[in-house]
Amino acid sequence: MIAIIDYGVGNLFSLSNAFKAVGADTVITSDPEVIKKADKLVLPGVGAFGDARAKLAENGLDKLVIAEAKAGKPLMGICLGMQMLFEKSYEYGTHNGLGLLKGEVVAMDGRLKSEYKIPHIGWNALSFKKDSALFKYINQGDCVYFVHSYYATGCQESLLAVAEYDIDITACVGVGNVYGCQFHPEKSGTVGLNILRAFAEIGG
Amino acid sequence: MITKRIIPCLDVRDGRVVKGVNFENLSDVSSPVALGKFYSDAGADELVFYDITASSDGRKLFTEILKEVAENVFIPLTVGGGINTIDDFDRVLKCGADKVSVNSGAIRNPSLVKEGALKYGDQCVVLSADIKRVDGEFRVFAKGGRVDTGMEAISWIKKCVSMGAGEVVVNSIDTDGVKKGFDIEMLKAVVDAVNVPVIASGGAGKAQDFVTLFKEIPTIDAGLAASIFHFGEVKISELKELLRNNDVIVR
Repeated sequence: MIAIIDYGVGNLFSLSNAFKAVGADTVITSDPEVIKKADKLVLPGVGAFGDARAKLAENGLDKLVIAEAKAGKPLMGICLGMQMLFEKSYEYGTHNGLGLLKGEVVAMDGRLKSEYKIPHIGWNALSFKKDSALFKYINQGDCVYFVHSYYATGCQESLLAVAEYDIDITACVGVGNVYGCQFHPEKSGTVGLNILRAFAEIGG
Repeated sequence: MITKRIIPCLDVRDGRVVKGVNFENLSDVSSPVALGKFYSDAGADELVFYDITASSDGRKLFTEILKEVAENVFIPLTVGGGINTIDDFDRVLKCGADKVSVNSGAIRNPSLVKEGALKYGDQCVVLSADIKRVDGEFRVFAKGGRVDTGMEAISWIKKCVSMGAGEVVVNSIDTDGVKKGFDIEMLKAVVDAVNVPVIASGGAGKAQDFVTLFKEIPTIDAGLAASIFHFGEVKISELKELLRNNDVIVR
């Protein structure tokens, strides 16, 4: 069972529908007991970093996620959920992330040529930097759907794939049992479903 | 490289897609779920569903259908039609929409754009504008393109973007239904005025029109069309191939 952590940001049904489409059982939950019993965790997220981070800290879910990940349970952060895996974000102020991965989250604004629109919205090709279990069913150059204005940097250690948008945008990260996707696999067609399928199969 | 998007648009009335024709391998052409899945499998980058139902029963049916689409189609879904209040945003987002398209609702109450963007983020709010040339200027029309609002279009679009519209669909009434190609002049004027993604709509009659669009306006992000896809005049897979052969980067 994969627990999709529900901490009050965004609609999680697309994600659970997508896992269902690849035959994986999920539960959308904020219950610490359910999270502890789950085989894997997914940390979703939309909106602003500060708000989401504060909401995750309510009821101590942040500490629980950190503890579970450090104990070896596979964890995948998606979009803002991926950004939260890092040490820090500079979205409207400075916020501490979960610190599970080295690196920080910064604005694209000011780092791209002016003709590049922000947010980075649309389908962009993945360029693999390291091999990963997540890529079991997809290929170099496959496109996935992005919607974001901030990106992770200083994360060489965990960098698995980038997407070119004037600069190399961190697309996929992973160290040990902790994974993250900046894009939305649940909105990335067959390629996205295949990433979720690979995650669902990890360790099993 | 970010790819250029091809977006089919489906008009839905009382839970059924209006104006569909027969496709091979598609038994129910007026089912939003079947057609949405068909387009997604064919390589559509996104789907737009317009609810053109007038009754509240039909509207309820639309949200039920939307849920079913979201359970079966895993590409971004934009929903428009009848979006007048922030409650309408809630209603369609809860059913699986990723973005909400506002048009007449924003004309009546421009703060709807701001409210939507504050609550759900800029990326969630798509401004759809029906535009026609009147007395030498681009004019915004309301109510499905029937009523001249008297507002100049470029300033209207800039205003909405400054309030948080994260994307703009430009539908040229002048080229809509004519099938002689997109309104390059109008689209250029919009692309030059804003720094958010712009989606071209109105006028596509053949696959080559999309090539012309992306060649003439390299910074435009997407092309949207309805009837040429529904009537099978243009197959999305073949369109993508043609664009690729013309060095337009597509998925």
